[in-house]
Amino acid sequence: MKHKTFLQFFLPTATAMFLFIALPIVSVVTQSLYAPHRQVIVEVENCTPFACTKSTTIDQAATQALREAQPLGRFVGLDIYLDRSHLAAEEIARLFSQSAGPGDFMRRLLNLPFYRALAFTLTYMAVVTPLSILLGFFVALGVNAIPRLLRGPAIFVSLLPMIVTPLIGALILFWMVDSRGIIGTAMIWLTENPNLSLKASSVLTWIMLIVYGIWSTAPFAFVIYYAGLQTVPQDTLESAMIDGASRWSRIRYVVLPHLLPLTVFMALIKIMDNFRVFEPIVSFNAGAHAQSLSYFIYADLSGETRLLSSAAATSVLTILGVLVLLSPVLVRTWRQFGKA
Amino acid sequence: MGVRAQKLPPVLSLVFGALLLLWLLVATFPFAWTLWGSFKVEGDFFSKADWTHALTGPLTLAEYGSAFTGTGYEGAWIKEAFWRATLNSFVVTVAVVVISLTFGTLGGYALSRSTYRYAFWLLLAALVFRAMPPITLVSGYLLPFYRWNLWGHLPTAIFVLVAINQPFTLWMLTAFFKNIPRDLDESARMDGCTPFQAFRHVIIPVMWPGVITTGLFSFLLAYNDFVVTAMLLSKDNQTMVPKIASFLGTTQTEGNVMFAVSSVVSVTAPLFVLVMFFQRQIVSGLTAGAVKG
Amino acid sequence: MHHKSIAALSFAAALSFAGVANANCGVTSGRVNIVGNEFPAIQTVAANAAKCAAGTMTVRSNLTANHQRINLPGMQGNPAEYTSAIVATSSIVALLNDDVIRPLDALVAAHGQDIPKNQLITVNGRVMAVAFMANSQHLVYRKDVLAQIGVQPPKTYEELLAAAKIIRERGIMRNPVGGAYQAGFNLGQEFVNMYMGYGGEFFKAGTAEPALNNPQGIATLEMMKALSAYMNPDFLTHDSNATSAEWRAGNVALMNMWGSRTGVLMEGPGNNPTIAANTAVGAPMTVGGGKTPATTLWWDGWTVAKNISDDDARATFVALKNGVSPAILTPETMGQAVWIIPGYKPAPVNQGVMDTMALGAKPYPMLPYMGLMHSALGDGLAPYLAGRKDAATTLADIEAAYRTAAKEKGFLR
Repeated sequence: MKHKTFLQFFLPTATAMFLFIALPIVSVVTQSLYAPHRQVIVEVENCTPFACTKSTTIDQAATQALREAQPLGRFVGLDIYLDRSHLAAEEIARLFSQSAGPGDFMRRLLNLPFYRALAFTLTYMAVVTPLSILLGFFVALGVNAIPRLLRGPAIFVSLLPMIVTPLIGALILFWMVDSRGIIGTAMIWLTENPNLSLKASSVLTWIMLIVYGIWSTAPFAFVIYYAGLQTVPQDTLESAMIDGASRWSRIRYVVLPHLLPLTVFMALIKIMDNFRVFEPIVSFNAGAHAQSLSYFIYADLSGETRLLSSAAATSVLTILGVLVLLSPVLVRTWRQFGKA
Repeated sequence: MGVRAQKLPPVLSLVFGALLLLWLLVATFPFAWTLWGSFKVEGDFFSKADWTHALTGPLTLAEYGSAFTGTGYEGAWIKEAFWRATLNSFVVTVAVVVISLTFGTLGGYALSRSTYRYAFWLLLAALVFRAMPPITLVSGYLLPFYRWNLWGHLPTAIFVLVAINQPFTLWMLTAFFKNIPRDLDESARMDGCTPFQAFRHVIIPVMWPGVITTGLFSFLLAYNDFVVTAMLLSKDNQTMVPKIASFLGTTQTEGNVMFAVSSVVSVTAPLFVLVMFFQRQIVSGLTAGAVKG
Repeated sequence: MHHKSIAALSFAAALSFAGVANANCGVTSGRVNIVGNEFPAIQTVAANAAKCAAGTMTVRSNLTANHQRINLPGMQGNPAEYTSAIVATSSIVALLNDDVIRPLDALVAAHGQDIPKNQLITVNGRVMAVAFMANSQHLVYRKDVLAQIGVQPPKTYEELLAAAKIIRERGIMRNPVGGAYQAGFNLGQEFVNMYMGYGGEFFKAGTAEPALNNPQGIATLEMMKALSAYMNPDFLTHDSNATSAEWRAGNVALMNMWGSRTGVLMEGPGNNPTIAANTAVGAPMTVGGGKTPATTLWWDGWTVAKNISDDDARATFVALKNGVSPAILTPETMGQAVWIIPGYKPAPVNQGVMDTMALGAKPYPMLPYMGLMHSALGDGLAPYLAGRKDAATTLADIEAAYRTAAKEKGFLR
């Protein structure tokens, strides 16, 4: 395709992405290199309906000139990236020299917010991605095998976990897993442990989030696999049957290779989404036990903190993390490109 | 068609059947529970005393003289004018699906037909764009949108959703178009068509299956979105999900939680009709466009 | 019945927006747009402010749980989208820090002579906001349960612990203490309460240097842990909504709860009649032999944006003054909050907040960097309460997290 034709076709999507994503990314990267100016603090007296108290406030006049001269703030380079809330360079250097062996090092490393969040995020991603794809695959096989008339309702039902808005889905599930809720009660009955609470222990909270993650994302894999199964080349299958290939080898050599590109695509999307896990943590009030990079961004942007540079740095680190995780797939796409 | 042609041995099909049934139960259970509970009062449905209250509804009985009540629905639809949010959601969803697919098909087609390296880099850029956490993007929009008076209007939210949705749409449709043989449009070009004519007369007629599947995901994104719509729409223009969230709020007022629950049930009903109606297309859509990684 | 009145009020607001003015506020031009939280009392204020719309003057409002995420960007433009933000003790700080609200002294002199002086919030001698309601956390207890064990309502946290012990030992309730200990804002707030009860200071005087890691800090943590032992094991996920639900289910007999949230526990739909009838409020408790109660006083008030025309500022001032005037107090709105408005008659349920004021509890600190400290606390306390960290390390880590944030914001070097 000629460059000009390409441009004509590509212009609308390029404009939309440029304006609403590329420009913001540039501004986010810039933001992560700057921090607010030093604040001049003055002691004042504040009066409220209750009492007058000694307090402090920012001397706006004193910083006004500074702000006008450097509207972006003060340039801090990579300081934000390396501070304790992010990569914690100094703290890690100290850990190397001080910690008593690898066990102690890991324990103290996981005490740093970024690495604690990374531990949960990576675990979540590594478990949820394959299991939700696998579950979706088996559900697709199952739905594919039932009579045509039942398939419509079966498809709808299988899509439910994805289409019920997570906001409410999680609210209801959150009640269900409460120790007085239906699932919580069932767990207590099964384990015969009256003090069992899924929300009170970190391990059980992680498991709960992971199970929810699998449950709510399996439908995505299901839809894609179900459709993929419809296109398995019939003639190849038949000739394999005539050749006397066993069921297993038919699946192994015909069905699976056919579904491989779908699987790669899904894994790509799911790794990316799971690395940015956020909604379940907020909906399940699980911040005490599990945190993620996106959760930090959310917290940094809240009204009373507004740590914009910190949120920007975490966002950039998220993008870099996704790129590192996806690099094997990307290299493969690069090699294949243009061959198709 | 499909693997259905192979008959499974009875034991295996029994195991598969049982597992499928289990999944269907697990998938429906929370929703069925919600449907049942939406006719109860909050104290029963979210009972902290005994979970069986959600089934039997003693507080509902005490308050309304019956174990079922429609107050949740009445409150949401009549008092809180949930229909307005429904209307807004309808506008946003339809617009997002139509615009994303228009932009996506054009762009995806171009990417699939280009043999230059920059097409790869564009796809890679799209991937980087998708990796950006949406909360950061949305927070970044606030200041300029307020300055230029764009904040709060439906078109703003629509364009933001379209843009956020483009990377996924592009990847999916590019892969899909790659499966449509090049010979088709190339022979049209030989016959003297312009690229747009070739696209219109040759590609458009055969692209629907892939487009419909991609459309399903765009639809779900727009329909379920919370981050963008909650932060960028004013109260009057609220769509359904932020409206439901506003029923919950920071300080939950008695009864409002059940407005949220009944709204959720209400918004799932049209989806059922939609899936039943489109199920064949959804399937045949993915059929034709096996996505390549 | 609350939601009905809200719906009615917002309907009234919509009507007056359509031009049916029913209050003569004396201003007929200007643009008013209010951003704030969505609870009933604020809905009332916004609806009454909207009654001032007359002539070319328009009054709109955007009341949402997201208000703190949008109010600052919405006031930074010029002209600002929002001409007023309804804020609380903690959230005004963000607006002061970024210099987006204007001093109201001139407007008060011209149009607000009748606003009682105690409603004016002053920072460095300048009026920055007008308060209209007060709130605080205080004791809520079950009369019947305390009578059953023969104990008076606790005046100190130590007494509360003793009562909880008896209730548990008698087998009346397994987890008799309730508390909004959800990791994040709620948990941070509980620390602030308790630490102030022990007489602790958050910062070295006049600076942004943290000063938590001291005996009061350790005592606070130990008291919180002792309390949490009598709470539902899920306490780290319980916000005030969930704590109220526990109360209504009859699982809890003693809790420290927001005054604004107790009214609905004593009357209204969704309550078990026995529990509601036995719900009573008490004064906030002291701790560790301290004299000031372990709680903080909060106000909610309105501000006027800086980056708007004087005409709009005047309209906003007048509309909101009308929104919090004594005329808004009707039998229906009276119970929505502890109003700081002349003519307000506290109901028995409001006694807790009135007691908090009478006992001289301290207001929540209005420091430019308090929000950063509160976030660091809300995030950093959970590992200690979950038993993963000791008290000293917890406080040191909280200080380190705060320092990082304060350095970024330019408060510390």
